Amino acid sequence: MSKPKLVMVGNGMAGVRTLEELFKIAPDMYDVTVFGAEPHPNYNRILLSPVLAGEMKVQDIILNDHDWYRDNRVNLHLGKKVARIDRVKRVVISEDGTEEPYDRLLLATGSTPFMLPIPGNNLEGVIGYRDIADTDAMIEAAKKYKHAVVIGGGLLGLEAANGLKLRGMDVTVVHLGAWLLERQLDEVAGKMLQKSLEDRGLTFLLEKQTEALIPGESGRVAAIRFKDGMQIPAELVVMAAGIRPNTSLAEASGIYCNRGIVVNDTLQTYDPKIYAVGECVAHRGIAYGLVAPLFEQAKVAANHLANYGIGRYTGSVTSTKLKVTGIDLFSAGDYMGGKGTEEIVLNDAAGGVYKKLVIKDNKLVGGVLYGDTADGPWYFQLLKDGKDIHEIRDTLLFGQSMVGDVGHAGQSKAASMSDDAEVCGCNGVTKGTIVRAIKEKGLFTLDEVKKHTKAASSCGSCAGLCEQILASTLGGAYQATATDKKPLCGCTDHSHKDVREAIVARHLTTKEAVFEAMDWKTPNGCDKCRPAINYYLISSFPHESKDDPQSRFINERSHANIQKDGTYSVVPRMWGGLTTPDELRAIADAAEKYKVPTVKVTGGQRIDLLGVKKEDLPKMWADLNAAGMVSGHAYGKSIRTVKTCVGAEHCRFGTQKSMTMGVKLEKMLFDMYAPHKVKLAVSGCPRNCAEAGIKDVGVIGVDSGYEIYIGGNGGIKTEVAQFFCKVSTDEEVMEYSGAFLQLYREEGWYLERTCHYMERVGLEYIKGKILEDAEGRKAYYNRLLDSLKGAKDPWETSREEKPIKQFIPIRLEA
Amino acid sequence: MSNWKLVCPLEDIPPLGSRVVQQATGGDIAIFRTSEDEVFALHDKCPHKGGPLSQGIVHGKRVTCPLHGWNIQLESGEAVAPDVGHCGKFEVKVEGGNVYLSV
Repeated sequence: MSKPKLVMVGNGMAGVRTLEELFKIAPDMYDVTVFGAEPHPNYNRILLSPVLAGEMKVQDIILNDHDWYRDNRVNLHLGKKVARIDRVKRVVISEDGTEEPYDRLLLATGSTPFMLPIPGNNLEGVIGYRDIADTDAMIEAAKKYKHAVVIGGGLLGLEAANGLKLRGMDVTVVHLGAWLLERQLDEVAGKMLQKSLEDRGLTFLLEKQTEALIPGESGRVAAIRFKDGMQIPAELVVMAAGIRPNTSLAEASGIYCNRGIVVNDTLQTYDPKIYAVGECVAHRGIAYGLVAPLFEQAKVAANHLANYGIGRYTGSVTSTKLKVTGIDLFSAGDYMGGKGTEEIVLNDAAGGVYKKLVIKDNKLVGGVLYGDTADGPWYFQLLKDGKDIHEIRDTLLFGQSMVGDVGHAGQSKAASMSDDAEVCGCNGVTKGTIVRAIKEKGLFTLDEVKKHTKAASSCGSCAGLCEQILASTLGGAYQATATDKKPLCGCTDHSHKDVREAIVARHLTTKEAVFEAMDWKTPNGCDKCRPAINYYLISSFPHESKDDPQSRFINERSHANIQKDGTYSVVPRMWGGLTTPDELRAIADAAEKYKVPTVKVTGGQRIDLLGVKKEDLPKMWADLNAAGMVSGHAYGKSIRTVKTCVGAEHCRFGTQKSMTMGVKLEKMLFDMYAPHKVKLAVSGCPRNCAEAGIKDVGVIGVDSGYEIYIGGNGGIKTEVAQFFCKVSTDEEVMEYSGAFLQLYREEGWYLERTCHYMERVGLEYIKGKILEDAEGRKAYYNRLLDSLKGAKDPWETSREEKPIKQFIPIRLEA
Repeated sequence: MSNWKLVCPLEDIPPLGSRVVQQATGGDIAIFRTSEDEVFALHDKCPHKGGPLSQGIVHGKRVTCPLHGWNIQLESGEAVAPDVGHCGKFEVKVEGGNVYLSV
């Protein structure tokens, strides 16, 4: 049986992106044919401005070369404009007579520059600014002529003007509005922008209406005249007064259009066999002219073309950035503000910095940044997440610079980093390498940057920086996804939040049930989603859902930490960091018996035996078990250690018995799995020798009881734990900290540390659940105790149960 | 001519899991079992930094190296793009519930 035929009209970014998304999920579903009016394969239209400015070449901006079309068996018609669609016979006919039948048609015809309806608008030397041909025409004109006029002071117009200036022309920008970029900026920022562009030699005529373009003797345009009678020379006129969705083909074919081809939330037109994406589309009355929304549309359209039928496009919030080298400008959402909104403004005219944030009901709804845009992506993320900002309002305007991630020389602002600065300290990736990969390989998402450059693919501490670099390199093409909508991995479009909620709501107890219920794209997931799902299952239904060892990372399967040479490290538990001569003797014996090359004291007050062969693990565990020791879980997304100071037992300053408290907590939490590792500490007095301020739960003894701190982290993201509450007894310490940890276990996303969880939901939320609701607290605490009931030492059980075979290599008979 | 060697019963390899076969010379071999009970054998050495692939998570017809997360295709031994590398593969078959390896 032959495959159904998919024909695409338009070979631009939105359309080809749809094909890419389609090939990802249903690679062999259609015979695909593409018509492109331009003679080029798909290129990055956003980067035409750098080409005009001489910063890039045409071949640098090609996104899909001819090999891509060939490799994906796409039948490509370049340089052929489609003349009409026969919807009855379901055939597309191009101007040269080429006919292609279709079962599904995808219209991605883009937009056309709006040419002002004035006399002379068809003269030679009058062009729009849309494609490679226009760009070439401008570059050629700049070689021969002196006077250029750009009509329109929007993003495109300013980028064109800047490029022509750099190519040596005298450029005047004519604009109808009272300030530049009035659709992106408020008046203050617009005037600041104008000033800095004037400093670069551009001339502006604001609030000017063009009346006519006047030809010279050769017939080429020679001058421009305004309504007020003023006339200036113009040998090149670029019309950048807006774009119009290119709907002529759709309209001629009788497809309903209204300021764009009208589509529903599945990107389907009024003809159910015909879909449309991109700038030609009007969705809920809006035609988008920026690339990020188009990519969101592409994803949904591909989903429906593949018959998945689950995605919906519900519109986009957009942000913009001007691609004029040396001018930093960012705007998003409702940047003007108005009734019911508040504004926080910083205006440093001399320093060239202006920031305005618009807030409504404690949420960020829009903003303009000029001069310092490093925090643009962060604000945009807050805006998309609809996050309550009242807790961080004091410092909101100063940005995210307090993030404090480590491993990249303390840098937290990508924009101020030089190209040779190291962004990813794990894999040695510089900013320049990332920027180059984004431009040359056409990367648009953090995932793609991770795959191609390896940056942020190890510890992930530089993920924020990489997103900033993406945002500043891509400008308006940057696609911030609301955090709770980010897909869990490539196997699904569902987010951690969706998956967790579905597991609980639909009582799913196996990974197979999750894959089935949530339309997983892969037969058995991947190394990202399987561990996450396994955790969600066993934490949601502790004694019902069965743990799946094959969905766990090797460390949790072999109850030891894998090392770079394939050997393992073994850490016996020492409750609260306490040990005995007998235990030390047993550890020393085991170290000698199994020829352990390295013995080390860890940061969590334990002893680490490094370099153990896998097949020796069960034997070593048996020896350690015999001496009364159990697994230290130094390998798991689980309770790791409770670090303690000496405390009132011995210390002359101690106010509380921190060792006893630590041991109690550690015994309570034994074998507790969590979204990520969990570390505690108990100090006996405020001198805090156990460093409780950087633990997931830190307990500090004071004369009248204990202070509990939560959400601290001493690793990638150095984060000081926040004061949570003060209690008076040991039992209360256990109940309050246990309840908090259970809340985190039930709501945290896999691989989210407590500090990230707390940043996401807010300290106030956690206080509301645990401190203000005594019944709720007890319920969380009881659920924790229940799920840990009957916890066994994995070292002991893995020797008794069947999987022991996994530790033993097979030796072939000779 | 047959150089097939009996390795173990299929049931000794967990679905979506693996076992290690030690050779006298030539390094360890990792034998993988998919959820469809297909069996593949590769050099137990990731082309990236030599990580033991046998310890990775098996999904579809791929394994993810436990050290730095490279994905290797079980059928061909090729790294999944954008990573580039190749891992030696071995002939392997299942007959009568037993796994045989050609060495």
